[in-house]
Amino acid sequence: MELLASLGDGFAVALTWQNLGLALMGCFLGTIMGALPGLGPSNGVAILIPLAFTLGLGATPSLILLTSVYYGAMYGGRISSILLNIPGDEPAMMTCLDGYPMARNGRAGEALALSGVASFVGAFFATWGLVMLAPQLVKVALLFGPAEYFALFALAFMTLGGVSSTNQAKSAFAAALGLGLAMVGVDTQTGVPRFTFGEVHLYDGIDFLVAIVGLFALSEVFIFLEHRGTDKDASTAPKLNIGRITPSWKVLKSCTPTMLRTTVLGFIAGVLPGAGASLGSFISYSMEKKLVDREGTFGTGDPRGVAAPEAGNNAAAGGALVPMLALGVPGSGTTAVLLAVLLSLNITPGPLLFTQNPDVVWGLIAALFIGNVMLLAMNIPMVGLFVRVLMVPPRILMPIVAMVSFVGIYGISGSSFDLMVMIAFGVAGWVLRKLDVPLVPVILGTLLGNAMEVNMRRAVTIADGDYSVLFGSWLTLALWAVAIIGFVLPIFVGGVVKARMRGAAQREAAITD
Amino acid sequence: MTITFRRGLIAAAFLGTAPAALMAQDFTPQNPECIAPANPGGGWDFTCRQVGKTLQDLGLIPSTMQVVNLAGGGGGVAFAEVVNKRKDDNDLIVAASSATATRLAQNAYPGNTMDQVRWLGSVGADYGVIAVAADSEVQDLPHLMEMIKADPTSISIGGGSAVGGWDHLKVLIAAQEAGIEEVRGVKYIAFDGGGEAVTQLLGGSLQAFTGDLSESTGFIESGDIRVLAVLAPERLEGEYSDIPTAKEQGIDAVGANWRGFYGPGDMSEEAYDYWANSIDQLYASDEWQAIMEANGLAPLDLQGEEFQAFVQDSVSEITELSKEIGIIQ
Repeated sequence: MELLASLGDGFAVALTWQNLGLALMGCFLGTIMGALPGLGPSNGVAILIPLAFTLGLGATPSLILLTSVYYGAMYGGRISSILLNIPGDEPAMMTCLDGYPMARNGRAGEALALSGVASFVGAFFATWGLVMLAPQLVKVALLFGPAEYFALFALAFMTLGGVSSTNQAKSAFAAALGLGLAMVGVDTQTGVPRFTFGEVHLYDGIDFLVAIVGLFALSEVFIFLEHRGTDKDASTAPKLNIGRITPSWKVLKSCTPTMLRTTVLGFIAGVLPGAGASLGSFISYSMEKKLVDREGTFGTGDPRGVAAPEAGNNAAAGGALVPMLALGVPGSGTTAVLLAVLLSLNITPGPLLFTQNPDVVWGLIAALFIGNVMLLAMNIPMVGLFVRVLMVPPRILMPIVAMVSFVGIYGISGSSFDLMVMIAFGVAGWVLRKLDVPLVPVILGTLLGNAMEVNMRRAVTIADGDYSVLFGSWLTLALWAVAIIGFVLPIFVGGVVKARMRGAAQREAAITD
Repeated sequence: MTITFRRGLIAAAFLGTAPAALMAQDFTPQNPECIAPANPGGGWDFTCRQVGKTLQDLGLIPSTMQVVNLAGGGGGVAFAEVVNKRKDDNDLIVAASSATATRLAQNAYPGNTMDQVRWLGSVGADYGVIAVAADSEVQDLPHLMEMIKADPTSISIGGGSAVGGWDHLKVLIAAQEAGIEEVRGVKYIAFDGGGEAVTQLLGGSLQAFTGDLSESTGFIESGDIRVLAVLAPERLEGEYSDIPTAKEQGIDAVGANWRGFYGPGDMSEEAYDYWANSIDQLYASDEWQAIMEANGLAPLDLQGEEFQAFVQDSVSEITELSKEIGIIQ
């Protein structure tokens, strides 16, 4: 009950006209920033920090503004994934897999609305999780040592086979490519630069956003250029059919268990400081696919494949606030920026934050609830507006995509070197698409490979070179067990699933004909 | 603009540093810019933004300080940019810290040396701490060092910087002073930031933590970690005055992570004096003293030539240490 009283106090702090206005502005700006490729939540928040300072906002209003941007960007990331097959930010990558096919099938409006609902569910329950469990969850984060993190990342890679429906060997190749790219940069465990060729820009490794925008957005532009003016262009152009703007009850009902399960998974991934939202949405998607994809419809526009990663990544966004507020340890790039804001406002996050600055914490949590409702209310009516993007002819849309990519990437670091890297990734993405190699594992390898390697080496170094430490606790064993089941099971039941998939494909072909 | 400038002069006069302000008359930046050589959220970004805001509040700069994040190569990208493309830009300052000196000493900015830029001044220092979990059996710093001496593999020390980085070097300085011959045997585990390392300390994966005081304050106040020693020349003032220094425990190690600025190598003498004086006045202001206290920054008041010499010393010290541990040849 004390909890509800504190939350009530929080609402009293958050429900002023100024704070509501800030939340509304933050949600709106965040949604737009999330939707633009290149501008993710962390850049969005960073860009608005000066605004918070110039307006002379106090600690709570600043946090309300910036966390609204954070939640807004997590919502917005899905829009370009679904409409253009270009993830607006890293965690929105998995939404492409089923969201874009849905849009191609003339269900863009439904996919957008459904993902809005899934985002709401994920963020809503994650915020409750933050309210009720923050102090206890910190103990969960403490259970994860380097060995446990390594097992967790290994689990992510072992379930990779479930994600890309094409040739398994090709997706393994793509993952290996991504892991290789992750090696670029100064190795923190020895201080030695690897694969940098004396180029100082490569010392920090390859920026994920540069890789994502290059691989997804630019390669899309190249494909368009290649097919320019040919008949193929017309036949592959998305249908202009928007479809219904609200998901039917039937679809919502079938997605509800998916959303609830993936909310839990995403939240846990968010709470772990070394994991984050990308892993959250990834594990959510692949686990859900393993669990419910009996007809093999995932990857072809299954609504559950849209709901799963969206609920997962928004829940992770809420989860990532747990270690930030309770430990002062950022669980993601965005929370690292928020942490810096707190510090510059003279608030020290850490175990004592909840007792020392209760107005800040509870005001923030109340603002999260308010922002979440606002985002849902704002996003559903805007679906009709967003889908009109599909009606823009590619010859106009593609130059805009290219422009946004270049401006967005240049905006991150202000360095033309990153633009060259992006173009290189664009060309590589084009080649890989030609060869039918899936792009998602490449990004996952780049994104998670470093953390996986570093944690393995930390664990082994701490144990003086004894590799058995990687299986040394009940938690690692449990994670390995899940990983091995996730890896082996599809091989045994693969035949059955494949047969069903073939059946499903035939049925679908029959329908479209 | 002239009005704001005059207000700056008045503010400066009130601070009792009128002569310095008179010198500043020779030069005023039109578009003051601060490069933070890292992404938003880090220490350099914080330095640029806080200093920019305070300089403007004090009226020491005529307009808003534009903060540009130029991340890459641990500051190397920004350093190369300043040396190659902006070497005579009078309006530009760049945030720097011990990490900058460390990388310069270890030739981690390929082809660049500290003489290619002008060192303007410091705005404070963050002293190093060596800490253990609250329930650790380790009593004090000499005890920890004895344990490392007896069996280096028994103690894993975690910190937020890469191997060879400042958090690592601090421990090695202490180990050397404690009489540990083979400092390369000290087991250091690199994490992404001090917060992650503290989490692993509390989770039991590590036996000790090395970092800056400012990144540990939340955990010190909550009682989760116990600081064995602060690597400061004498005890800190204020709420951390009960933390013993390494020196008083017989280990003469000092490790300060200073924060400051450098400017382009060919900036005019007037501009150099202007920035060095502005930082000097900033440092003396009550506003900045309050910010230092709130962020756990300890005094380090060096501007102009003094600061140049200080950075020089610290680069040569780190070069020597890095050679000993084999980071550089």
